[in-house]
Amino acid sequence: MIDTNAYIGGYPFRHIPHPEPAVLARVLEREGLDGAWVGHLPSVFYRDPAPGNDELFESVAPHPTLRPAPCIRPDWPGWERSLASAVDRGARAIRAYPPQWGLGADDPAMRSLCAACGEAGIPLVLTARFEDLRQRHWMDQAGDLSAAAVRSVARGNPQTRIVVCSAGRGTIEEVHWGLTPQERALVFWDISWIWGPPEDELALLLRTMGPERFVYGTAWPLRLAQTPRANLALLPDELAGVTLTDPSRW
Amino acid sequence: MTTSPAPLAGPTPLIDVHAHFFFEGCGRAEWDALNAARFRAGERMGISIHIASILGSWGRFSPTYFASPADTALGNDAMQAIAARYPDRVRWYVAVNPNDTEFALAEIDRRVAAGAIGVKLAAGRRADDALVDPIAQRAAERNLPILHHIWQHRRRHWPSQDASDGADLARLAARHAGASFILAHIGGGGDYRHTFAAVRDVPNIYLDLSGSGVDRGMLDDAYAAVGAKRLIWGADITLCTGLAKLWALEVIGLTSDEMADVRWRNAVRVFPHLRWEPGTGNREQRSQVGGTVPGSPFPVPVK
Repeated sequence: MIDTNAYIGGYPFRHIPHPEPAVLARVLEREGLDGAWVGHLPSVFYRDPAPGNDELFESVAPHPTLRPAPCIRPDWPGWERSLASAVDRGARAIRAYPPQWGLGADDPAMRSLCAACGEAGIPLVLTARFEDLRQRHWMDQAGDLSAAAVRSVARGNPQTRIVVCSAGRGTIEEVHWGLTPQERALVFWDISWIWGPPEDELALLLRTMGPERFVYGTAWPLRLAQTPRANLALLPDELAGVTLTDPSRW
Repeated sequence: MTTSPAPLAGPTPLIDVHAHFFFEGCGRAEWDALNAARFRAGERMGISIHIASILGSWGRFSPTYFASPADTALGNDAMQAIAARYPDRVRWYVAVNPNDTEFALAEIDRRVAAGAIGVKLAAGRRADDALVDPIAQRAAERNLPILHHIWQHRRRHWPSQDASDGADLARLAARHAGASFILAHIGGGGDYRHTFAAVRDVPNIYLDLSGSGVDRGMLDDAYAAVGAKRLIWGADITLCTGLAKLWALEVIGLTSDEMADVRWRNAVRVFPHLRWEPGTGNREQRSQVGGTVPGSPFPVPVK
């Protein structure tokens, strides 16, 4: 199993201890994970993510379990070339951050990126949030990725696998049940921000949507990597040992 | 013969100082499933004691954080009944709204006589408001810790509550040095680092680790600010994050002695009325809680 929701690098709004690749590699080993799709956290807030992508490829190169997931901004001139370059350099997934770029829910650029990822045979990863809404810095005005934005990307998508990280039950259900069966079969959700008992929202979603719709994610280095493991361990008995989708097999 | 799996949080005692239950007719239709899920997960984790409260009708008849006297009593009735039904694993706070001082003090007295071991204050009045003083004074006189709902660094008004932050609670605690205060859920939203700075030098405030927030660095910073003697484990409404924090505390380097403080010994110190029968519903072996020697730091059985 791999962690679909991991980053290296600092965060502009608070100190994060040791967000270095070597530490992430050790954390993955401790958590029993085979690897991670690793993004470059500072790039989320860059206008042009290209320098961050360069830093990402260079930083993870010595660590075979860290698989680069660079960021492509589809409203930036020449993004198609950047995507092709990222794939050539070994990207395992492509990340995009429409709220941080000011792209609205219906922005056609995101649909273009999604289609291009499908053509390149690589998953597209979206991130619903990086911090709890209650604690955001006053300069962090981007807001959460909306369910409408995810639906807009996913509707009519014929082939691209879309992974949405750090979403909660409300967003997940609003998207999942707002798509056709064919569309929703290409959308996957990481479990890092879904509540366990007593609300048991993860259990509910596994029952109603099926475990194949979910992938493992930690949101490291922002959040404790132990959280999804704890959540799975506390599932009710009938869901014990449930098998999530393993994107390393894609 | 089947054996229970090892507790996920380890075999030594574990006290949750921030739990909640629900009851038929409250604002949550699925009340029974929520209670059952807490017990199920608690059993799986190895929680020895849930120290819990019920905040009125959870919004059905009056607002959760501004509960009417009738609603307050309704919630405390339900909490008292749950504690009576599960004496091996549930202890409780009497919840009060400080805006009705006379009722609140009478409710504290009545519920302590019925077995409550602490006072729960939510967000009906700021912690440093003079109206909270009689509550704090009564709590100190009766050796009852106060679990106070806290917004970590309140920078603006938040709907449906008069939220207090760490600085507010520090002012109250300074006025009542003989009382113990548990600052609720450092992971419950807001900027916990502001809280740590506000309470670092206030020795009668303990930090409850509960809340859905699992930021890396939060536990390290809390430990650095107040030390293991003033950290108390709790889960509130996300037991999954509570378990993750216990696992993370081991990774950040607490000694086994410090882990025992955080898991249960600090709670025993803060709750003078806490009594529990080890090895009954809790699954601890008596050898792990040190028996019942008078004066021992371990919990002693019910008389």
